[in-house]
Amino acid sequence: MSARTASGPADPVPTAGAETEAARNRTFGPLYSRNARAVIARGLMATRSTNWLVMLSGFFEPVLFLVSMGVGLGAIVGTVEGPDGTPISYAAYIAPALLAVSAMNGAVYDSTWNVFFKMNFAKLYQGMLYTSLGPLDVALGEIFLALLRGMLYATGFTAVMGVMGLITTPWALLMVPASVLIAFGFASLGMGITSFLKTFQQMDWINFILLPMFLFSATFYPLSVYPVPVQWFIQAMPLWHGVELLRQISVGVFTAATPLHIAYYLVMTAAGMLLTTLRLRSLFLK
Amino acid sequence: MHNEAILPSGTRSGSPPSRPIVIAAENLTKKYGDLAAVNGISFSVPAGQSFGLLGPNGAGKSTAMKMIGGVTRRTSGRLDIMGLDPDTHGPEVRAHLGVVPQQDNLDEELRVRDNLLVYGRYFGLPMSYLKPKADELLEFAQLTDKAKSKVDALSGGMKRRLTIARSLINEPRILLLDEPTTGLDPQARHILWDRLFRLKEQGVTLVLTTHYMDEAEQLCDRLIVVDKGRIMAEGSPARLIREHSTREVVELRFGSERNTTIAAELDGIGERLEVLPDRVLIYADDGESALEQVASRGLRPLTSLVRRSSLEDVFLRLTGRSLVD
Repeated sequence: MSARTASGPADPVPTAGAETEAARNRTFGPLYSRNARAVIARGLMATRSTNWLVMLSGFFEPVLFLVSMGVGLGAIVGTVEGPDGTPISYAAYIAPALLAVSAMNGAVYDSTWNVFFKMNFAKLYQGMLYTSLGPLDVALGEIFLALLRGMLYATGFTAVMGVMGLITTPWALLMVPASVLIAFGFASLGMGITSFLKTFQQMDWINFILLPMFLFSATFYPLSVYPVPVQWFIQAMPLWHGVELLRQISVGVFTAATPLHIAYYLVMTAAGMLLTTLRLRSLFLK
Repeated sequence: MHNEAILPSGTRSGSPPSRPIVIAAENLTKKYGDLAAVNGISFSVPAGQSFGLLGPNGAGKSTAMKMIGGVTRRTSGRLDIMGLDPDTHGPEVRAHLGVVPQQDNLDEELRVRDNLLVYGRYFGLPMSYLKPKADELLEFAQLTDKAKSKVDALSGGMKRRLTIARSLINEPRILLLDEPTTGLDPQARHILWDRLFRLKEQGVTLVLTTHYMDEAEQLCDRLIVVDKGRIMAEGSPARLIREHSTREVVELRFGSERNTTIAAELDGIGERLEVLPDRVLIYADDGESALEQVASRGLRPLTSLVRRSSLEDVFLRLTGRSLVD
């Protein structure tokens, strides 16, 4: 396939043979060069010029919900039935759900609006793909950055829960890694979906999906209030699994459904990564 | 300026044949649906040569560049970049390439020097190499005092120079330049030409597209003229002018109304006559004697000009004068 026309004595390509073999042996071939960390380093350097107000708003939104609904509405609601059947305060009931929302928001903001801008206006990925980077490096790096943000939000929110006295078991600390898993699912799928969107109007659809998902995914009340077909629909949506997972972890109660929630996100992550890589490939390596 | 460009070209046309071929394309084809953007072109570029792709808009120049860079997959044909196929070894091929795209795509979120450092990281290069290299390239691009500036504060010429500096961070063997000076003022263009010429002296293989013929004459050892995805001509600028045009051109203006009617009276002067809406061109090896013949026929043009034939004459002859969008 590749005649070695360049390997003359005057201007040899000493590593070409080795590189050729290395590329053949790599699973992702021209898609990946094991250098996602360069994309991450770039993202961290760029945060110096980030609009911090926008970043903070993503953190405060669920905190404000927790204060108003948990403390305010909670005063009327009193206690509700927790995941293991024992009564817990309304604030303790909705806090893990809001944490799941927080992880989702952080991941989605980074993987949709940021990616949309970089893809269509800054031409950032176009420049990256003219280097040794492959599309999978870019996807992994960008998604890692989204996860980092999701983790920051989750850690901050967990701290707020601790300050408000809503953490009663050491298991609750596992909410942070679980939030990262939730963020991973949303970030990888979000970036893949964003790659299809071309206009700001289309980007609004993302909010159109996220807002109802936030309100209706058993965030503020149990799933049992819905008729059975609606329950099925909600259970098919990703946020519900995150809400349930974190709610279980927050009180340290695990059921047969726990691995299913985790599996949901693993599949969502894998599908999202695949979609994103294929899309970046078809967009930039035509 | 055209004359200056032509005269020394005999000394710099072509590289010694012993140089290894770094780019070899054979029947290179790219189709988008039914449209063939690049339709079976073949060429090869030896190391250290400055190779030009000329052609009107939509001729397939940029598509050819993208295939060389491995960011567009070819439909058919063979392409060999330093012994590697860019379709299967994109990252490896691009490790030895520098790319200056048609539109600057600098990282606006990073400062000038950081643009170079981060871009070098994309190639997996270590910071210990990149830091002195970035300073060296800023010096080369005459941007040292802008190192900490924001990218959007730079002028068009500065951005272009930064893009070129960025493309050199990995010490590429081949530099791909897609219309490097489009949109720049004459000062910025000349600075850029100077920088590109220095690179050539350092042995970097340059592949550039342009539709400025003076740029092609300045920079290219050899070039191909592409139109509608096919190669129309190939050779050094001087050879193309020799083969496709006469040594000199006489430009006569008789006024818009009379140009067409007077053409018949000019018949037989020079080797070829071309009537344009605003002027009549006589292609002749001796422009002055052609002009004398015009005068001896009693014709009095409003203005007349004898000039050396340029690459632009070749280009327009090969690709036609009708507007291409």
